[in-house]
Amino acid sequence: MLPLPELTAENTAFWTGGERGELMIALCDACGKAVHPPQLLCPACGSQQVAPRAMAGTGTIHTFTVNHQPWLPDMAVPFVLAVVDLDDAPGVRVTTRMIDCDPQAVRIGQRVTIAFEQSGDVWLPLWRPIAEGEAA
Amino acid sequence: MKAAITGVGMSDIGRNTGRAAMLHLAQAADRALARAGLTRADIDGIATYPGKAEGSPGMSPLGTGEVRAALGLQTRWHSAVPDGPAQMAPIMVAAMAVATGQARHVLCFRALTESSSQSAGRRASIPGAGKAQVGGWLSWLVPVGAMSASNWAGWMAQRYFHEFGMTREHLGMVAVGQRQFAQANPMAVMQKPLTMDDYLAARMISQPLGLFDCDIPIDGAAVVIVSAADAARDCRLPPLRIEAMGSALRSAETWDQRADLTTMGAHDAGADLWARTSVTPQDVDVLALYDGFSIFVPLWLEALGFCGHGEAKDFIAAGHIGPGGRYPVNTGGGQLSGGRLHGFGLLHEACLQLWGEADGRQVADARTAVCGMGGGFIAGAMLLQRD
Repeated sequence: MLPLPELTAENTAFWTGGERGELMIALCDACGKAVHPPQLLCPACGSQQVAPRAMAGTGTIHTFTVNHQPWLPDMAVPFVLAVVDLDDAPGVRVTTRMIDCDPQAVRIGQRVTIAFEQSGDVWLPLWRPIAEGEAA
Repeated sequence: MKAAITGVGMSDIGRNTGRAAMLHLAQAADRALARAGLTRADIDGIATYPGKAEGSPGMSPLGTGEVRAALGLQTRWHSAVPDGPAQMAPIMVAAMAVATGQARHVLCFRALTESSSQSAGRRASIPGAGKAQVGGWLSWLVPVGAMSASNWAGWMAQRYFHEFGMTREHLGMVAVGQRQFAQANPMAVMQKPLTMDDYLAARMISQPLGLFDCDIPIDGAAVVIVSAADAARDCRLPPLRIEAMGSALRSAETWDQRADLTTMGAHDAGADLWARTSVTPQDVDVLALYDGFSIFVPLWLEALGFCGHGEAKDFIAAGHIGPGGRYPVNTGGGQLSGGRLHGFGLLHEACLQLWGEADGRQVADARTAVCGMGGGFIAGAMLLQRD
């Protein structure tokens, strides 16, 4: 199994929001800046009023890689790791594995939506392609 | 600048050498001291990156304490820097230490036994493997399956290909050219010829990066001696003056959030380097650029201003960086063909060039070298000159 993230005051909302099906991103209440990885202070205005908010969970692939090497004995390959620009959090990318996709069909600019998979005490976000014509 | 490099040494590096890290280290230290004309008694400072690391097998098996003990060093100053301007951090802090009088001659070292660790069945260079949890910046990568730096570099390569039309052939030119250099360097671990067909036919690791885009885990050690300017004058070889250093970082400690993923921390550090000197890229004779993955070479070329943003593929295709080129990069074969000593091997080669000791691959009258270490948000740059 892959190592899990150590949960902290900053990142717990991100890693557990999936229990409710929510992608949680830290937003500054004072200036509106999205902060990722999440932190307790806004780097733009210095405010401490930074709180996790549920995002739409959709975005566009900024870049990706198709991993072919099994780094662990039980790792199934190939799989895609996508870096995704979120629709509703400018400047924030969420990076994770893709599911339900043909690795060789993934492209930059492709539209994706979030899914979650429980692992231990966290819910890992995963990206899934939005099919042509599918509402998102 | 008040500091200079006065000696470098590398052990008999290799794959699965079966030799203890400390034996590699001692050999590298003795070779560096011999070059400098110094003895162990002259060493009064010691520095390393990142310090003893238990998490990743063979990645950093030695700390400053056991090296001081093993070599019998009596130091006035010591430091291990896991969190700084890349693998160059110990050399930079050593320069600052001698400039402020903390020490006269600092032994900076890097030792790895990743090849032996891998052969023993432990996956080297995979952070967090075998652990239940990871923290810090790795916690945004490893839990989702991005365990290898080849994945992180793969993202940068894919985006760069997309924006600028680079192809695998351009990266192949980096790998093939460095193999040609390696064939002229008896210390390089890869000596067989590598053709573009070999490169393109190799298996994928993290698309678009294939096997020959990745550097090679080895066992070995390298030592760089940093001396105060006045103390350097007493050494055997002409001092290699540290003309400038660059360590700026203007983006977060992440591999995926930098606004422009076709740039790296290297671009911040590179700009910072040239802001501190009247020397220009056109004055450089030899380049030592971090090549943990081939894609870092074009990114470093742009970061250091040898060509414009998006122009590195044409710069490489024009033959500037390979054997016989105007701006030869990693003339010892680099990490791609020489083996991974985390930047120290690249700097070792640049110093040999400046001292005219790079037999078989010597760049004529090389006087100025630039070295850039690191990838992603990790970056440090240094300019060296022989007067």
